[in-house]
Amino acid sequence: MSSEVLAHEHAAEHAPPRGFMRWITTTNHKDIGTMYLVLSLIMFFVGGAMAMVIRAQLFRPDMQLVTPLFFNQMATMHGLIMIFGAVMPAFVGLANWMIPMMIGAPDMALPRLNNWSFWILPFAFTLLLITLFLPGGGPQGGWTMYVPFNLQLGYGFPFMIFAIHLMGISSVMGAINIIATILNMRAPGMTLMKMPLFVWAWLITAYLLIAVMPVLAGGVTMQLLDRYFGTHFFSVAGGGSPILWEHVFWFFGHPEVYIMILPAFGIISEIIPTFSRKPIFGYRSMVYALASIAFLSFIVWGHHMFVVGMPVAADLFFMFSTMLIAVPTGIKIFNWVATMWKGSLTFETPMLFAVAFIVLFTIGGFSGVMLALVPADFQYNNSYFVVAHFHYVLVTGAVFAIMAAVYYWLPKWTGHMYNEFWGKTHFWLSAIAANVLYFPMHFLGLAGMPRRIPDYPLQFANLNMVVSIGGFVFGLSQLIFVAVIFSCVRAGKKAEARAWEGARGLEWTLPSPVPYHSFSTPPEIA
Amino acid sequence: MTRRRAIAGSLTILGALLSAAVLAAPARAASEYNLPYGVTPISHAVYRLHMLAFWMMCGIGLIVFGLIFYSVIFHRRSRHPVPAKFHENTVFEIVWTILPFFILVILAVPAARLLLRMENLRHSQLTVRITGYQWLWRYTYPRYGINVYSRLSNSSLAAVQYGRHLSPYAVPHYLRSVSHPMVVPTGEKIRLLVTGGDVIHAWWVPALGLQIDANPGLINAMWIKILKPGVYRGACNQICGWGHGYMPIVVVAKPPQQFLEWVRHWRAMHRGPGQGDFPPHPLGL
Repeated sequence: MSSEVLAHEHAAEHAPPRGFMRWITTTNHKDIGTMYLVLSLIMFFVGGAMAMVIRAQLFRPDMQLVTPLFFNQMATMHGLIMIFGAVMPAFVGLANWMIPMMIGAPDMALPRLNNWSFWILPFAFTLLLITLFLPGGGPQGGWTMYVPFNLQLGYGFPFMIFAIHLMGISSVMGAINIIATILNMRAPGMTLMKMPLFVWAWLITAYLLIAVMPVLAGGVTMQLLDRYFGTHFFSVAGGGSPILWEHVFWFFGHPEVYIMILPAFGIISEIIPTFSRKPIFGYRSMVYALASIAFLSFIVWGHHMFVVGMPVAADLFFMFSTMLIAVPTGIKIFNWVATMWKGSLTFETPMLFAVAFIVLFTIGGFSGVMLALVPADFQYNNSYFVVAHFHYVLVTGAVFAIMAAVYYWLPKWTGHMYNEFWGKTHFWLSAIAANVLYFPMHFLGLAGMPRRIPDYPLQFANLNMVVSIGGFVFGLSQLIFVAVIFSCVRAGKKAEARAWEGARGLEWTLPSPVPYHSFSTPPEIA
Repeated sequence: MTRRRAIAGSLTILGALLSAAVLAAPARAASEYNLPYGVTPISHAVYRLHMLAFWMMCGIGLIVFGLIFYSVIFHRRSRHPVPAKFHENTVFEIVWTILPFFILVILAVPAARLLLRMENLRHSQLTVRITGYQWLWRYTYPRYGINVYSRLSNSSLAAVQYGRHLSPYAVPHYLRSVSHPMVVPTGEKIRLLVTGGDVIHAWWVPALGLQIDANPGLINAMWIKILKPGVYRGACNQICGWGHGYMPIVVVAKPPQQFLEWVRHWRAMHRGPGQGDFPPHPLGL
């Protein structure tokens, strides 16, 4: 091949193909990041629509809007879609966009793998969603997929298993890519301990992904074998045990919930210093806290299983190890507060979401400590108290952090400032509605309402109506979010390179919008 | 400036009132907003542990949220235009790493002691075997050869029938009443052996402070000692299919003498082993 041809090919790379083929063939981290974020937004609304069905059914007792069978499918799919479709791809999208720009790299280390990691996902969610139209319906056993009940599903069962396999493959490839990028492509002079905390958080998260997604894949394969190939991994009659599934699942499941929160910690650690106009407090302890949380996440899975009937020694071990997590998490919260302390705070939309994150995530942490107490968990387990807990950490935690990140970096991506008034309106509606939605769930759970039920006794009627109203307002408020993003992409006040005056970090040295290729030569790190 | 201060002051007061309202709510109404105090020594202890944890979390919350809101109000750019420069403080960082350990120990010690007490199954006076099925419960009393099948009562069933518009408000204990309750004596330590007949269910009665999974092929053991005669209601708490929301639990606690009368009466009504009215399997299997 002559050098002329090479030069020609090189030039062609700079101008992406037009139209749809650009998105299918792209290996550009910015394009792929955008696609992840758009997919995540779509899935957020698909999962959100399911939540609306759930809340409409629970608006009052004996509603009979949908059958219990369909309700169970909604409850299950809502969980699967929101976790694997909304939260995880959003974080991967942010990683794709921001990590190369934050470490001064031209792109991800493995661009073709990157393309494949994304394009697997639409197929995975198609497989998962079409189960709703198959005989026997979609998954109904909760996102935890406990056996033997999960083995009773209809034709949707293998579709669900293969969808999960695809999601796992996508996540593992994305994680490999992120690790390879961070470890190999940092600009000269950017040592590990100079990396932005968002990059640190993602480095650790990527290791968690590589460690646990194969465990889930193995587990669901065992379910597949049990159903179609006559094995008895999960049946006592054949020498197995349904509890084995719960151990396998939660060995994946607990690191999984940290996969959904560590990148959020990273985002908050970027946003709080920017709008406090003060460097992050205790950078080193923030990194060590992230690492400790990640380590602890591997030895606490049993706290999901206190009522399963584990030996007392196991109950005690998991209770103590779970309580330990409060220590590094507390360090992070105190460090954020110390970062704000005596800063010069302004409250643009990203900061509003970030402060709300700290407060509301902490509430989720409080209920988490309570849930760790085994005897009390004999009452809380599987009640709405748990539902309240994990929605505080995942919606007002992870999702609020994602929204904060979107508002924070939108000017960098689009070159336009978003509409601050509508951003703030979105924030206040979401923050108030989320609390109307999730706070009463604590009371419902304590008063004895089990989760995943399509109908309830009359003593839960009042609070459920309040919760549903909060849910509808929260759901509708997200339309503002979409409108703000769309209008910001199309037009808006021109954003400067350093869109926020307090922002530090390499991404703000690039023009807004960022050119298609950035940091083709590595920047100087002071 | 004074107007700003007035706004900040009123916001602080509003915040204090709101948090007071939130804190007071669980303490005020016991049934609708909080764990039931219950009727067993264990449920009482669980309630106390729960309240201890709750108030400790409220205390920590007041401090942390107080600091955040202080900073939000007094360190905003309009009041605090020049940011400080500090970004570490070894003493503070060590304090807020060590201090939570001690707070956690205050919770962990009573929790561990209570757990050991809950797991002490010795010296039980009666055994009841509980089996969960899709979607009913079966209570077996090996000593008396009694077998009770307990499913959703006909009145609740009538209200949940699709297309039948019987109001749930017209049904006594809608979704919390059963065809035949589990009857147990008060004041005796009763051992519960819990298992599942098909898929995993969970037996949960909040007033007894107890929840335990019913795993197919495996047996879990717990104990209860009910101090007060009465009717205590709960439900299956592990998603088990179509009828998961429709398999309530009703425990009727009677003084020992009346319990034995119930045993005699039941045995007179149902003769022979394996008696009872097991309905056809809902899936036709």
